[in-house]
Amino acid sequence: MRKFTLGVCMAALLTAGAANAQETVKMGYIDPLSGGGASVGEVGLKHYQWLADQINAQGGLMGKKLEIIPLDNKTNPQEAVVQAQKAIDAGARYITQGNGSSVAAALSDFVTKFNDRNPGKEVLYFNYAAVDDSLTNEKCSFWHFRWDANSSIKMTAITNYLKSQPNVKKVYLINQDYSFGQGVRKLAAEMLKAKRPDVQIVGDELHPLLKITDFAPYIAKIKASGADTVITGNWGQDIALLLKAAADAGLQANWFTYYAGGAGGPTAIKQTGLQHKVYDIVEGNPNTAIEAAQKQEEEFRAKFGVTLWYPRAVNEMRMFAKAVKEANSLDPKAVALKLEGMTADVFDGGQGTMRKDDHQFFQDMYIRSFGPLDPGAKFDEEKTGWGWKQQGKIAAADTNVPTTCKMERP
Amino acid sequence: MLQLITFSTLNGVLYGMLLFMMASGLTLIFSMMGVLNFAHASFYMIGAYFGFEISRRIGFWPGFIVAPLLVGVVGALIERYGLRRVHKFGHVAELLFTFGLAFVIEELVNMIWGKLPVDYRVPPSLDFVAFRLFDTTYPAYRMFMLATAIAMFAFLILVLKRTRVGLIIQASLTHPNMVAMLGHDVPTVFMAVFGVGAALAGLAGVIAGPALVTQPAMAALLGPILFVVIVVGGLGSLGGAFVASLLIGLVQTFAVAINGSLKDVMGPVATTIFGELGGVTLAQIAPLLPYLMLVLVLIFKPTGLFGNRES
Repeated sequence: MRKFTLGVCMAALLTAGAANAQETVKMGYIDPLSGGGASVGEVGLKHYQWLADQINAQGGLMGKKLEIIPLDNKTNPQEAVVQAQKAIDAGARYITQGNGSSVAAALSDFVTKFNDRNPGKEVLYFNYAAVDDSLTNEKCSFWHFRWDANSSIKMTAITNYLKSQPNVKKVYLINQDYSFGQGVRKLAAEMLKAKRPDVQIVGDELHPLLKITDFAPYIAKIKASGADTVITGNWGQDIALLLKAAADAGLQANWFTYYAGGAGGPTAIKQTGLQHKVYDIVEGNPNTAIEAAQKQEEEFRAKFGVTLWYPRAVNEMRMFAKAVKEANSLDPKAVALKLEGMTADVFDGGQGTMRKDDHQFFQDMYIRSFGPLDPGAKFDEEKTGWGWKQQGKIAAADTNVPTTCKMERP
Repeated sequence: MLQLITFSTLNGVLYGMLLFMMASGLTLIFSMMGVLNFAHASFYMIGAYFGFEISRRIGFWPGFIVAPLLVGVVGALIERYGLRRVHKFGHVAELLFTFGLAFVIEELVNMIWGKLPVDYRVPPSLDFVAFRLFDTTYPAYRMFMLATAIAMFAFLILVLKRTRVGLIIQASLTHPNMVAMLGHDVPTVFMAVFGVGAALAGLAGVIAGPALVTQPAMAALLGPILFVVIVVGGLGSLGGAFVASLLIGLVQTFAVAINGSLKDVMGPVATTIFGELGGVTLAQIAPLLPYLMLVLVLIFKPTGLFGNRES
C-alpha cells in the first residue's frame, strides 16, 4: 500500500512537473557569454529578458509565459550547434542569435537539417544581428529570419553618404578575418569603385576575430598609409579596442563603422576627441526616435545601466508575438508562415516589412555621428556627455537590395 | 616608412617586455621545480583584477605596489598547500594540478567579477601624451609600462647575480639536485621562487590591465604565447626568455605591418603552387608566426636558442 501511495505521489509530481514545463514557451538565446564577444552577448541577453518580461506582463504568448534560456556559444560555430541542441532538448522550439555570421550560418544550416529530419518538431531561428549577405542569399533558409539590415544595405548607405563627403580621399579598410569581415571588405571595394572612383583604397586589412588585445600595431600601419578615412565592420571588443588604440596614437581620421556604438566604443571615441567624425549605421537612434521608443529607452537604461542597442530585438520579439497571435498557434511553422511578408510598426517609428523571398527585414536606417549632445537631445552614451546625432535617414524602400535566394518551402 | 618602423619597434619592444615579465617567472619556476606551470598566465590575470579592485578603492599607485605582493602571497600559498602535496606523486600530477588550477582561477574570476571586461583605467597622473613623433602620439602610460618592465628586469638580474639567494637560484637552474644535497632548505626556496614568479606575473597584470583589457579570457589569450617564449628561449634560461620575448614581440608587431604575400615574392607561380595560401599576406598570419617559430625551434634546436637542458 505504501509503495502504491508513493507511486501515485511520484506520478502526480511528474505530471505536475510536465504540466509546468509546458506552461512556458522556451526560447534559446545562443550568443557569446564569455570570451571576446561577451561584452555584447551579455547586453543582448538583457534585451531578451526584458522583452520577455514585457510579453509576459501582457499575458504571454497564448496565455503561456515566455522563458529565455541563456546559452553560451563562445562565438564558436560548433559550440553554437551544441548549445542549439541543448536548447531543443530543454524544450525550446525557438532560438535566437546575433553575434557572428559564421555562427549564424552554422545555426541556420543546423536548424534546416534538424527540421527536415524531425517533421512536426520544427525549430525556428531568429537572427537579430548576423548580417553577412549569404544568409539571405545562397544560404537562405525558410527557418531563418533576419531583423538586422544585411551587410550590403549598410554598405550601400555608407557609400551613398560618402558621395556627399568630398574630403574623403584615402580609405583604409580593416575587418575581422571571417565570412562577415571578408564580405564587408569586398562590398566596400566594389561600391567605392562604383560610387567614388576617385577614392583610393590605401589599405585592406584582415585581422583575427576577437583575439587581439592591442591594436597599436594596426593603428601605426593605418597612420603610415596616410588614410583620411577608415571603414570597418568590426564589432564587440574589436571595435572598442581599435578605437582605443586610435585614441592613444592620436589618429585623426573619419571612421565609418557598422558597430561603433558597442561596449567601450563611445568611451574611446570621446577620448580621441573625434567630434562627429565617427559614424555608424543603425536601425534606430534614441535621440530622434518616437516618444514611445524614448520612454522604453529610458526604462531600459534605468534598469540595466546600458543603452538599448538592439531596437531590432524589440522588432523581432514584437513581431514574434504578433505572428503567434495571428496564427493562433505556437507551432513554429505556422508562426513562420505568418512572419513571412508581415508588415509591422518599427520600434523607432515607421514601418518595416519582412520580405517573403529571403526573410530579410526592411526598415528605415539611420547614419549617425558621435559628438557632444545637441541642446534638447536626451541620451548620451557611457556617461561621456556625448551622444549620437542623426546625419542621414534612408527610407525602408530605398534599402531594397536584390536577393539570389531560392527558398525551399516545407 | 620610418614612422612605421619606429612605432612598430616601440610597440614590439613593449609587448616583448610584457611577455618577459611573465616568462621570467615561468622559466625560473620550471628550472627549479621542473613544473611547467600552466596556471602562470592566471597569476597575470589575478594581478590585473587585484590591481583593478584596489585602484577603484584607494587608487592606482597603492594597487601597483600591493596587488603584486598579494598575488605573490597567493602563489606562495598555492605552492605550500597545493603543489607541495602533489609533488610526491611526480611531475605528471603537478602538471595536471596547475592545468586544473588555471580553470579554477578563470571560473573564480568569472564568478567574482563577471564575464564582461572591467573598467580598469589608466591613472589620471599618467593619462597624457608622452611625446609626438611624425604626427603620431605615444601615450605616457606605455612609456611607464616599458620603464616598469625594464626596472623589473634590472632588479631580477641584480638579485640573481649579486645576492646569496640569487646564487642558490642560479645553482638550481643548472644543478637542482646538487643544491638540495648541499643542505639548502629547498622547499622554502621553491615556495619563494614560486611566490616571486607569481608576483612578477601579477605585476605584469597590474600594468597591462588598463592598457589591454582586463577580462576573464586574458589568461587564456596570453598563456600559449608564454610557452612559446620559454621553449624558444630555452627552458630554464633567463637570458633566453629575455631574447625570445623581445623576438616574439617584434616579429608579431612587424609582421602586422608587412603586406607582402608569397605571391608578391614569387609572382603568379605562388598561386599555382600554394593555391589560396599564396595570396595570404604576412599581416594576416602574424598571430600564427610565434607558433611557427616554436615548431621550427623544436625541430632544429630542441633545447631552445639558449637552453642546454633537455628537460
